[in-house]
Amino acid sequence: MKKQQKLLYKIIVSSILFFGAFFFSAEKEVFRLLCLVAAYIIVGLPILLKAIKNIGHGQVFDENFLMSLATIGAFAIGEYSEGVAVMLFYQVGELFQSYAVAKSRKSIAALMDIRPDYANIEQEGKLVKVGPEEVKVNDVIVINAGEKIPLDGQIIEGYSLIDTSAITGESVPREAAVGDEIISGCINLNGRLKVRVSRIYAQSTVAKILDLVENASSKKAVVENFITRFARYYTPIVVFLAVAIAVFPPLLIKEALWSDWFYRALTFLVISCPCALVISVPLSFFGGIGAASRQGILVKGSNYLEALSKSEIVVFDKTGTLTKGSFEVCKVKGLGIDEAKLLELAAYAGFGSTHPVSQSIRKAYGKEPDFEKISSYEELAGRGTKAIVDGKEILLGNKRLMDEFKIDFEEAKEVGTIVYVAESGKYKGYILIADEIKEDALSAIAALKKAGIKETVMLTGDNFAVAQNVAEKLGLDKFFANLLPAQKVEKVESLMREKTPEGKLVFTGDGINDAPVLALSDIGIAMGGVGSDAAVEAADVVIMNDEPSKIAQAIRISKKTLRIVRQNIVFALGVKFLVLVMGAEGLATMWDAVFADVGVSVIAILNAMRALKAK
Amino acid sequence: MKKTFILQDLDCANCAAKIENAVQQIEGVVSATVSFMTGKLVLEAEEARFEEILDKAEKLIAKVDDDVTLIR
Repeated sequence: MKKQQKLLYKIIVSSILFFGAFFFSAEKEVFRLLCLVAAYIIVGLPILLKAIKNIGHGQVFDENFLMSLATIGAFAIGEYSEGVAVMLFYQVGELFQSYAVAKSRKSIAALMDIRPDYANIEQEGKLVKVGPEEVKVNDVIVINAGEKIPLDGQIIEGYSLIDTSAITGESVPREAAVGDEIISGCINLNGRLKVRVSRIYAQSTVAKILDLVENASSKKAVVENFITRFARYYTPIVVFLAVAIAVFPPLLIKEALWSDWFYRALTFLVISCPCALVISVPLSFFGGIGAASRQGILVKGSNYLEALSKSEIVVFDKTGTLTKGSFEVCKVKGLGIDEAKLLELAAYAGFGSTHPVSQSIRKAYGKEPDFEKISSYEELAGRGTKAIVDGKEILLGNKRLMDEFKIDFEEAKEVGTIVYVAESGKYKGYILIADEIKEDALSAIAALKKAGIKETVMLTGDNFAVAQNVAEKLGLDKFFANLLPAQKVEKVESLMREKTPEGKLVFTGDGINDAPVLALSDIGIAMGGVGSDAAVEAADVVIMNDEPSKIAQAIRISKKTLRIVRQNIVFALGVKFLVLVMGAEGLATMWDAVFADVGVSVIAILNAMRALKAK
Repeated sequence: MKKTFILQDLDCANCAAKIENAVQQIEGVVSATVSFMTGKLVLEAEEARFEEILDKAEKLIAKVDDDVTLIR
């Protein structure tokens, strides 16, 4: 900050002297000159000194040197005011750049203001503040209302509303009670919580997110690398052109004025810095990544943000991505028995099973079974369970179980998992269990189409009927059912061959068992936060909550960022090229050249900062 | 071995690009990226020669812009 302030004062003093110089009439030429020289030295001295130092280091194409050369050259041919103006504006531009960069660095830091400062630990009945790094696994921490949650853990006492927006982008606070897992970086809104820590700080959600975002800018996009390479050649080429312009025309053309061509060469030197490009491209990507992380979308590198804008095919894993992955009882159909009674029979029969189907039946039943009634229980792998309840034999299971016990039953034609119930050898009805489609899945697919995705594909290990039902409801283009994990890899491989060479394939999964596919696809998106290390490792983009609609949002942000990057490249190169041509023709003055250098940088930076606001 | 270093007072984007290019040329460097926005150098290099490479990098950085300091 101090450096900026000093520069600001220098610019102010120098400008006063510069404009003051014009008040001297022609007779007082000496005063006028003195004013200009003073103005020049005030803003230009640091540049001159740096130029001399860098020449000593062998840095010929250093921008300080070129700027010094251009301005001293202007003095040499008597263009005093232009020499001062170029240096003055160059410094104004530098100042503005450093303001802009500092501001965007700060706003991104604010965006990522999730780092907790302390944790409260109870010691001898008193609360002590310690650094989050000092807390160990299984320590109990206390989080007061309004405090940031410093570490991941499980609530052992208290009830509260948790604001997870900084982590998930979700604006509605979440309820949390005893037994719930809470993640670091969120804010405890009202209640006082006691939490048993489950991970040390270095492995916590917050530490992982910060690490991810901070390292994102080291994975550079193709455009970024192109610009850096371009910049390496641009400056020498422009400088050589300047030398050629200063030397050849006066030698070859008789009536050519030496000072005229020299002036033209100086305009070249002023435009020789590729600053506008070099600064605005990474700034745009940085802004785009920042904007995405504010929405709970963590992009692991500028290269992935760039690739997202070229997405053509989006492939989804079904369970946990498009559907909730939690099975729920959708229908209970009793045959000569009321539904509540059927559900009760099923809950008793499956009381000891940890199978998701039995769990969801117990959840739907909602009461504790009376264990005294159950005299025998047996699990029949791949078929179901058999139990003796109140002296009667109850069967709970699939079609194969019914066939095995020769139960006379009618096969139900429903989509989902069907479990049949029989009592004392008699068919009593069935229960339909299905996975629910996520609330925003339909709009997520529609948004992807709108964002220009050519094909949406769903892969699942579930049966054809279930897959077809989900695919039709959501309007997916294609689906493949009954896939084993290895077959998912094959499907993605074949889909990769279908896209155009520049197009990208996005795979989205919940990170469970799909690490190979995440790694194989152009862009792997893991959903559901940074809980699973394998998913975060393998994925290129991590969506912190479980909303599939974030995928379209990520693509939108990436497209906007890339649009800004392209605008900046075209604009900066266009203006520079135009001024170069005009300069060679003698149509552009050094004033125009300074605009092409500094003005363009400033405009490009302002444009780049729009990426931060992408939604 | 991969490590991240802060480049203090890195306030010119072109210098960041130059530093990146210079450090990449050091023998034994696997990869080097300089992020102007975060002011950080991510250096991946042979473990046995890491210190030596870091010394060279420091000198090269001073050559490009001696306002910038690498914080170890």
